[in-house]
Amino acid sequence: MSPATRRAPSLETAAAWLLALLWLSPLLYAFWAAFHPVEYATRFDPLAPLTLANFAKAWTYAPFPRHFLNTVMLVTMILAAQLVLCTLAGYAFARFEFAGRDIAFGLVLVQLLIMPEVLIVENYRIMSRLGLVDTLLGIGLPYMASAFGIFLLRQTFKTVPRELEDAARVEGCGFLGVLWRVYVPLARPTYLAYGLVSVSYHWNNFLWPLIVTNSVNTRPLTVGLAIFGAPESGVDWGVISAGTLMAVAPLLVAFLLFQRQFMQSFMQAGIK
Amino acid sequence: MRHVYGWLLLTPAALLLVGFTHFPAAATLFDSLFSTGTVVRPSRFVALGNYAALADDPIFWQVLGNNLWFALGTIPTSMAIAMLMAIWVNDRLPARALVRMAYFTPTVLPMIAVANLWLFFYTPQIGLLDQLNAWLLGAPSHNWLGDPATVLACTMVMVVWKEAGFFMIFYLAALQSLPPELEEAAKMEGSSRWYFFRRVTFPLLMPTTLFVLVNATINSFKLVDHLFILTKGGPDNASSLLLYYIYQVAFSFFDTAYASTLTVILLLLLAGLALVQFQLVERRVHYR
Amino acid sequence: MRPLFALLAAALLAATAPARADTELTFYYPIAVGGPLTKVIDGYARDFEKENPGIKINPIYAGNYDDARIKALAALKAGQPAQISVLYSIDLYELIEQDVIVPWDDVASTAEEKAWLKAFYPSLMMNGIYKGKVYGIPFQRSTIVLYWNKDAFKQAGLNPEQPPANWKEMAQMAGKLVQKDAGGNVTRWGVMVPSTGYPYWMFQAFARQNGHDLMNKDGNRTNYGNPDVIAALQYWRDLGAKHKVMPEGTVEWGTLRQQFTEGKTAMMWHTTGNLTAVKNSAKFPFGVAMLPASKQRGSPTGGGNFYMFKKTTPEERKAALTFVKWMTTPERAADWSMATGYVAVRPEAYDTAALKAYAKDFPQAVVARDQFKYATAELATFQTGRVRKLLDDAIQAALTGQKTPAAALKAAQGEADRLLKPYR
Repeated sequence: MSPATRRAPSLETAAAWLLALLWLSPLLYAFWAAFHPVEYATRFDPLAPLTLANFAKAWTYAPFPRHFLNTVMLVTMILAAQLVLCTLAGYAFARFEFAGRDIAFGLVLVQLLIMPEVLIVENYRIMSRLGLVDTLLGIGLPYMASAFGIFLLRQTFKTVPRELEDAARVEGCGFLGVLWRVYVPLARPTYLAYGLVSVSYHWNNFLWPLIVTNSVNTRPLTVGLAIFGAPESGVDWGVISAGTLMAVAPLLVAFLLFQRQFMQSFMQAGIK
Repeated sequence: MRHVYGWLLLTPAALLLVGFTHFPAAATLFDSLFSTGTVVRPSRFVALGNYAALADDPIFWQVLGNNLWFALGTIPTSMAIAMLMAIWVNDRLPARALVRMAYFTPTVLPMIAVANLWLFFYTPQIGLLDQLNAWLLGAPSHNWLGDPATVLACTMVMVVWKEAGFFMIFYLAALQSLPPELEEAAKMEGSSRWYFFRRVTFPLLMPTTLFVLVNATINSFKLVDHLFILTKGGPDNASSLLLYYIYQVAFSFFDTAYASTLTVILLLLLAGLALVQFQLVERRVHYR
Repeated sequence: MRPLFALLAAALLAATAPARADTELTFYYPIAVGGPLTKVIDGYARDFEKENPGIKINPIYAGNYDDARIKALAALKAGQPAQISVLYSIDLYELIEQDVIVPWDDVASTAEEKAWLKAFYPSLMMNGIYKGKVYGIPFQRSTIVLYWNKDAFKQAGLNPEQPPANWKEMAQMAGKLVQKDAGGNVTRWGVMVPSTGYPYWMFQAFARQNGHDLMNKDGNRTNYGNPDVIAALQYWRDLGAKHKVMPEGTVEWGTLRQQFTEGKTAMMWHTTGNLTAVKNSAKFPFGVAMLPASKQRGSPTGGGNFYMFKKTTPEERKAALTFVKWMTTPERAADWSMATGYVAVRPEAYDTAALKAYAKDFPQAVVARDQFKYATAELATFQTGRVRKLLDDAIQAALTGQKTPAAALKAAQGEADRLLKPYR
């Protein structure tokens, strides 16, 4: 931050803080409800006894470990596939002249607009034809070729000086060798940025996984949480809050620890 | 040779893109021309029959209207708040890191989880909002999600809360790339903070604003997760949105043909928006 | 691309396909995974396997009723195994139209098995019979009852042992039960009837009490526009708009129980399925009563039935019959009712020693049974999702004052006629 930025007037400071408090309040409330017995869920008595019972209950009510595992596997699988596919495609668009390239690029960008969420009806049909309903692969497939990732890597690869490529070529590298030795290492910040954005997107994604899964063995956290916390299940607020906190905890903790990295990643992914 | 390599590199991604974006989009259009088949009544070609049904479907018009209000209500508000947030946390605010974190936190939380928490906010009488209301204003309890006059606004507030921090990031990035000399010069001239914002910062943020606008608009048509928890689209469809209605028609009424027809409308809307926005961007670039 | 995915899919399937020596029954069950009920069901499944070697039960917990139906149908379409399922009783017509279920009569061969088909409360069978054949065996069934807060009744000067018997009394008593603070804001409502989630279900009670069912037996006609039905909706609306004993607008199904146990409403209409939960969290004495009458008493039944899917081998059908019979013996029905608050599905269950002893300590548990003689089938028709949503929307439109009850219901009836015409 440049030293020239000036200090905000105190009224604005107060407003900024108030807004921050407001922005955190739902989360703060979740902590309150989760750590207090249910009779205090709506009563704010500072002397209310603390309890972990809500967490214990939430843990036994829903198979959280399984949901965690599913989410982690899903997110990892999607990210790994995205990195490979988008690297190859981004490289092709950045450094290869081939017939129909611009049209192809335009067609890729279409996905920025028509995200898989919009095509739930047809994609569900495709998945059932492929026999992929209720599989992790079925959840992940529509997202693996990410237009956003391709676009991001293409922009990054374009900034790599040609001379570096030529030097590697002289040393006897093929196309893939050049990609691996020169382009990929130089694009590391982009990969990190894209990775964080992708992980948080798919950790939180709901609609498509809801539609395409139907058993505990595949349901990610969000879907598990929705079923467990749905109002008609009649579960107590405290327990829902506890479950909610457990579901968001890994990402939230990661975010709090690597705040700067997270925000920078989102920024970078956005600017490109 | 480079032709071949180019296509070879592209092929894996292209196959998946065609398979799960272009093909289904085309199939949607195709399916919208047929009736939904059941075992008893096989599917048949109905030409524009589904579109005629759509024109006569009051719920379709209502959710479309809702969606437009939803877009109008959330996009400018969340962008304005985002800009304000970015300007604040770009200043030397006490506890700036904490404030910035507070603004951004909703972005990393899943909508489903967040909706659970907001449901407790909005519950009449025992909910937080009503308690605050009674305590601060002595106002009577209001049935926030049970009143068609307030339910859509309630979901919009939540979405603004969820999205503003995300958009703030883009503004923050843009602000940090502005040359600091600008502000120093302005300070020397003694121009007011507001004047500086209006004449310098805001115009310079224009490209970011357009970028965010594109994102926000697309989001407002695909963000429906909260409805599953908060309202299920009710009361009487007052908070339902187009994509949620598509979900209901396809997976609760099993009318896939009609769901495809609705999807076509959604695709057209998105395409139309894209065209308008590209035009906007082009013009901006020309004038600059 | 297809062959590649087909290959992948084949590999996945091969990896997950179980080795089949026994008759294995995959059993879709509509509760949230891991909820307290899964333990009960898992326990039943294990006990059954012990007593019936050669049959394996594989329960799949699929979420709420909608989820379970969608998932089971999807599994069938995708060729995954699914032999039996507990699904919404009102999914009957949908399942028949999709041609995925077979009647139990086709499997019941012995006299004993045929007698078993008639062992249940008739009002619970209404949703399970189509054209004279039994497709749904009642299991996880509930009905609507009135819960009242005895402390609130005492405070308001009412007899705490005397719940309202008819509509007029309910409105009057509710009026006395409303409590306001110094500023005139309501701190406790008289009565709440939930109108999100399953508004049509609550409304069926009103309509039945006012003398009418909302659909015919063949599931191809609705009765939304009937003047008495309109009057029923008017009464519901008036509780909020005229008598001011219920909040205006819709009342959220999911948070209502909490509002009752927090003392924010003195009475509520809710499913018997909530009984155990209310018992565990209410800190005041509460009573459970039959719903009040207008022309008569009445409540719809609700909940899930056992269905058998068509894609099954004769062995699987035999095994399924054995299992479902086992699940509905009087002893198990009694045990299930005590564990969950759902009603026991056959009269003999209420004669078991266990349930008799339980009812002695907790008389609220048998109210639902007593109400059965006034009960009616839950709303189910062809195109059921749509036809039901029409009614839901009409109810919500009337309760929120967007439309008059007459206008809302007549419009819904017109639409329903259009949808159902092809099925007549």
